[in-house]
Amino acid sequence: MLTAEEIREIEIEAEHYPKREAVCIDALKIVQRHRGWVSDESVRDIAEHLGMSATDVDSIATFYNLIFRKPVGRHVVMVCDSVSCWIMGYERIRAHLRERLGIEHGQTTSDDRFTMLPIVCLGCCDHAPAMMVDSDLHTDLNPQNIDSALEKYK
Amino acid sequence: MAIVYVNDKPCEMNPEQNLLHGCLSNGFKLPYFCWHPALGSVGACRQCAVKQFRDENDSHGKIVMSCMTPAAEGTRISIADPEAVAFRAGIIEGLMLNHPHDCPVCDEGGECHLQDMTVMTGHDYRRYEFEKRTFRNQNLGPLVNHEMNRCIQCYRCVRYYHDYAGGNDLNAFALRDRLFFGRAEDGVLENEFSGNLVEICPTGVFTDKTLKQHYARKWDQQFAPSVCVHCALGCNTDAGERYGTLRRIVNRYNHEVNGYFLCDRGRFGYEFVNNQRRFRQPVLKRQVTSVASARRYLDEKIAQGRVIGIGSPRASLEANFSLRTVVGADHFYCGMADHEGKLVRLTIEILGSGPMRTPTLREIEESDAVFILGEDLTNVAPRMALSVRQSVRQQPMEAVKKLKIPLWLDFGVRDAMQDAKGPLYIATPHGTRLDDVATATFHAAPDDLARLGFAVAHALDSSAPAVPQADDWPLANEIARALKGAKKPLVISGTSCSSEAVIQAAANVAMAADAALSFTAPECNSIGAALTGGNPLSAAFQAVRDGYVDTVIILENDLYRRAPHAEVDSVLKAAPHVIVLDHLPNPTTEKAELLLPAGTFAESDGTFISSEGRAQRFFKVCMPEDEVLASWRWLKPDHWQNLDDVLRAMAEALPELAAIRDAAPSSKFRIAGAKIPRSPHRESGRTAALVHINISEPKTPEDLDSALSFSMEGTPDQPPAALIPFFWSPSWNSIQAVNTYQKEVGGPLRGGDAGVRLFKPSPKNGQTYFSAIPAAFQPRESEWLLVPMYHIFGSDELSLHAPAIRELAVMPHVAINSDEFAEDMEVEVTLADGTFRFPVRIHREMPAGVAAVSVGSSPLLAVQVPGWGKIARAK
Amino acid sequence: MTGNFDKPLTERMHPDGSVVSLRAYELAGGYQAIRKVLRTGMTPMAVTEEVKEANLRGRGGAGFQTGVKWSFVPRGKDVPNPTYLVVNGDEMEPGTFKDRLLMERDPHQLLEGAMVAGFAIEADIAYIFLRGEYTLAAERLARAIAEAYERQYLGKNIFGSGYSLELYLHLSGGRYICGEETGLLNALEGKRANPRSKPPFPPSVGLFGKPTIVNNVETICCVPHIINRGATWFQGLGRTKDGGTKLFGVSGKVKHPGLWELPMGTTVREILEEHAGGMRDGVKFRGLLPGGASTDFIVEEHLDLAMDFASLGKAASRMGTGTMIVLDDHTCPVGMTSNLTHFFARESCGFCTPCWSGLGWADRTLKAMEEGRGRPGDLDKLEFQTKMWAPGNTFCALAPGAAEPVQSALKHFREDFERHIREHGCPWS
Repeated sequence: MLTAEEIREIEIEAEHYPKREAVCIDALKIVQRHRGWVSDESVRDIAEHLGMSATDVDSIATFYNLIFRKPVGRHVVMVCDSVSCWIMGYERIRAHLRERLGIEHGQTTSDDRFTMLPIVCLGCCDHAPAMMVDSDLHTDLNPQNIDSALEKYK
Repeated sequence: MAIVYVNDKPCEMNPEQNLLHGCLSNGFKLPYFCWHPALGSVGACRQCAVKQFRDENDSHGKIVMSCMTPAAEGTRISIADPEAVAFRAGIIEGLMLNHPHDCPVCDEGGECHLQDMTVMTGHDYRRYEFEKRTFRNQNLGPLVNHEMNRCIQCYRCVRYYHDYAGGNDLNAFALRDRLFFGRAEDGVLENEFSGNLVEICPTGVFTDKTLKQHYARKWDQQFAPSVCVHCALGCNTDAGERYGTLRRIVNRYNHEVNGYFLCDRGRFGYEFVNNQRRFRQPVLKRQVTSVASARRYLDEKIAQGRVIGIGSPRASLEANFSLRTVVGADHFYCGMADHEGKLVRLTIEILGSGPMRTPTLREIEESDAVFILGEDLTNVAPRMALSVRQSVRQQPMEAVKKLKIPLWLDFGVRDAMQDAKGPLYIATPHGTRLDDVATATFHAAPDDLARLGFAVAHALDSSAPAVPQADDWPLANEIARALKGAKKPLVISGTSCSSEAVIQAAANVAMAADAALSFTAPECNSIGAALTGGNPLSAAFQAVRDGYVDTVIILENDLYRRAPHAEVDSVLKAAPHVIVLDHLPNPTTEKAELLLPAGTFAESDGTFISSEGRAQRFFKVCMPEDEVLASWRWLKPDHWQNLDDVLRAMAEALPELAAIRDAAPSSKFRIAGAKIPRSPHRESGRTAALVHINISEPKTPEDLDSALSFSMEGTPDQPPAALIPFFWSPSWNSIQAVNTYQKEVGGPLRGGDAGVRLFKPSPKNGQTYFSAIPAAFQPRESEWLLVPMYHIFGSDELSLHAPAIRELAVMPHVAINSDEFAEDMEVEVTLADGTFRFPVRIHREMPAGVAAVSVGSSPLLAVQVPGWGKIARAK
Repeated sequence: MTGNFDKPLTERMHPDGSVVSLRAYELAGGYQAIRKVLRTGMTPMAVTEEVKEANLRGRGGAGFQTGVKWSFVPRGKDVPNPTYLVVNGDEMEPGTFKDRLLMERDPHQLLEGAMVAGFAIEADIAYIFLRGEYTLAAERLARAIAEAYERQYLGKNIFGSGYSLELYLHLSGGRYICGEETGLLNALEGKRANPRSKPPFPPSVGLFGKPTIVNNVETICCVPHIINRGATWFQGLGRTKDGGTKLFGVSGKVKHPGLWELPMGTTVREILEEHAGGMRDGVKFRGLLPGGASTDFIVEEHLDLAMDFASLGKAASRMGTGTMIVLDDHTCPVGMTSNLTHFFARESCGFCTPCWSGLGWADRTLKAMEEGRGRPGDLDKLEFQTKMWAPGNTFCALAPGAAEPVQSALKHFREDFERHIREHGCPWS
């Protein structure tokens, strides 16, 4: 079941389009913002709310990188693995995170605190390497400042 | 026609089409995947690449996709250009990267478009050394098998299923080289035309799950051109068998009728032929007996006289006519219930004597305004529903044409069209599966449906009778405006509501709108049975009750589906001798004194007349086994030797049916002296087929009834449309071979499509409108008006004997809009003839006072509804 | 840096990175262009002509002439409505970080550009399609839009002119192909972002089937200034025949990676050495991609070419987005090519065979090569694939873009590839 707040937010976005189905991606992101990820049940709920089939909604959801169809930890660490970050030391950053958090890309720490994922170029290449944690951008990373960056994400 | 230079050779091409279509129509071997004549071009697979040159001096050229390039006058392309050749081979290489080495175990092998295209491009060496991506397959139900590893990501499946057929439970998931085509979760594909996926899919991702249970390669099957027996539309099929078992049904292209597609009931309902309860020997007085003894008994009873014959709307014209000949026209009775027969004859009269033309299914697709009165097409005439679904694209097509977008540019057209739909008005007692594309729906009791129709006619032409108390009906005015403003308006109605008024109202509308008029009919030969004539069924019952009858011969007809149980019981008890011919046990066969095993469509030849009035011939796929015989061979005068004899006699006795002889060439037809082989030339195992019985290979059976042979030997040439057992061409082993049988790809078959239309509109001369307008429906206090409700899976007698169809069959239920009952509640429906128990389904769209009841497989017969009854919660 | 030239795109931006408020924007001369357009009775076609005359070219990578594109939109009362303006803020080309700056630091410039562009094409509705990861830009744009609506610079009857424009911000679901004009339209329609075939073109059949123009953020940001100061002024900003300024950037092991607004036509060398400070101590220059991942490598001999829409053609490359990615002599070219190819392979939408199949194959081949499992014949396979990805062979420009670094790396750094194969490993690891 979608919450009243989720529905309210979806309907605000829906006003921006001439067809209901057009708000599908916004709806998926809204639900994800509230729950961390989009479950099969949420796909069904969104489908029902928009008058679409679950198959059609999931077809859209599985296309997009920022829509998580599997549970994630409390915080999502997205490490840029594109060319400029790669040149400036992505491998070291990744190795450091692997060691610190004990997980590979696509995995979640056992305490559910962090999920680590690769992400494509974050558009701050002059401050590479970079990563995002939830909505926050962290740049000019090195093994030293990563730890303090992650500190505040409980 | 435009001149396009292909490899420097001038070729005629249709300038409204694309180059791929033009090249294929000219017989060039140009490989392709994602394009389909019914779906248009999207440019996904890149397989159809050719080199295009600016002019004669351009020696470099550039690679273009022929499916995405218009066949404009003066275009110059090369298919043989080395760069294009290498590119096309590179595309196959790209597809083969992830394609499993499944050919030996893949059902598609031998009729696989991917195999054909691979050979055509010449790619034959694997350079890829990494792993192939794999998937977990889904269980999509009993009809269609899912094997995703084989997918080449051509997108045909979703374009067909989602865009063309309107299904919303199949789509593409994920992206890059891991695309997955399937459902959100495992489950039966909901769309009633899902079976076409097995022909649409160019590889073995979607295959016929029923065929899998008794698999044989295409090259090993024996085929015959046939006609579907599961509704009255007469879709053309090819039936394939091996070793006496019917293996599968495939679509047989008919440009006017079914085109490229069948419905799932028609494709998968065939397994009733293989049902182990099939009658194989004559049974006399409950003892299996010899043919000789059965014939002796039969001849005896006929000679004794006081014999009547009851025909059947699901038996062929030849079978009905043979029975009529043997018992005499005066003693021949129509096998339809009186009321049903009356309705069918009414539709025939209207189409035969009125100015309205009855359209082909293809013409229905091209209609630009449709008014459906009283018919749940998806369940009653499924293939017509698919055509109507396409028709709503016609009117918006005009805006697309203005934008100069070629109509074959599938996604361009859809993006331009968005959700615009042409007018489609559906008026039925309960919701239908076409409602999602309707402009407006109107759900009411049959009498009110009729009143709407009469009102529409009056709104179109004030000389048509007005409906009292409904003179200015907004919906009627809207429908009238839509029909009037259309170039090809169409009215569809039929016998489903069991209402004369509905049929007459539809006729009025068609007359007033100068529209085409289509009527559905209940069974595959309802029209044929009506035209063969015969006294009403009730008269047969009366004659038996009055003691005038000694022997009743019942042809392929379960009388318990025609009249109340108690009545049929008493009639069959009263008849001294009951002879029944049929395929499978039913309540009537239980009462037979002599039971004769009748051949199904797969083991007989004959003619059906479809609801379009098209006479079409079907041919046996194999000789009947054991003592099974085509019904007309059990009941015939001695001097009739073969089907042609029956047809000749029929033409003489019923001159209005003489034209049916032209439905197919006679048994004497030959191509350069040779018969048409039923099997592809690589058919194997003929010698081994009966080795377990006798190691000496028996003589190949001779087919006296047709120009087809039971062999792989015969003419290699393409037969005329009515005699095509399978589609195959050098280099084209898959169903794509159909291209080579059409003059222009996607158009009529060379030499014309199969079937003879019998209804010819009469010129307008003082057309008279029907004027018996029913009063408005009045709901009753403690009773409900029960109307029949049909199910594509569940209402057809024969297909229910196919395990897959049985699995999908809808549980008979009552559909109602009432707060008195709840979903799934069990209720008792009480009618004059008894009390019946059903679960309830709440349908909020239904009108007050009306309940719809499943017919066909339920104990409630079409005879008893519509009728008034009580509905109460069951104890 | 050096030189006295106008920097219309960045001159208002605060060094501390804080956003230019609506008030600050107006004080610095903002929202004068839209006032000029609406209050002096300029017609949409007149605005279009001015932009055409300025020879403003798209700064998203393709370089199509903006004014010409605008002129393709059908005008008049019988046009199917609404007409849409879509601003492409889906900056995801690896190595590209210019639109981020414009949206985070001076969002009102973008809004004003959208208003003027919207007017020029008679748009009723405008969308800013923003990549989902640009959370700060989203926040600041949302606030700027609210501010503009509050002042009635957006919405109905702007400045009492009768012109109305609704403007909405849409955050993407995250996919590189959303940056492709027609893929973007499908994404904005709430669908999978597969691109569309052209024809029909967006001005004819665009968003929801209606006339639509899609322009890059930087392109739109140029528009108010062209209106304010004229086409001739704009033309004069550039050093070569392409007018205007451009945001140029450098990433990689240079002393000062960064982003600078410079005259169009500034040389590669000037950007690399004067603004980015040249290579860091300890590394030497080997090559660079001039404008994001989908451009061809250029090397030392090309450094004096101008960064504009045509000059880099001499190096068999192109300006692309104008943000350069530098390859140093301590970074493996095979690894870099592998990384780039992995990006493209991962972002393939899955529609056309050469892309979804070929990129995956190339990705695996290069990864294996980096890991020491390269085989003789791999380079032939890769070269054959780059030919399969040529423009016209594929459905959209993603694969042809992917071909550019691969084919140029094989041209300029072939020995490195051969060494990986010969030595069964990466000499740098």
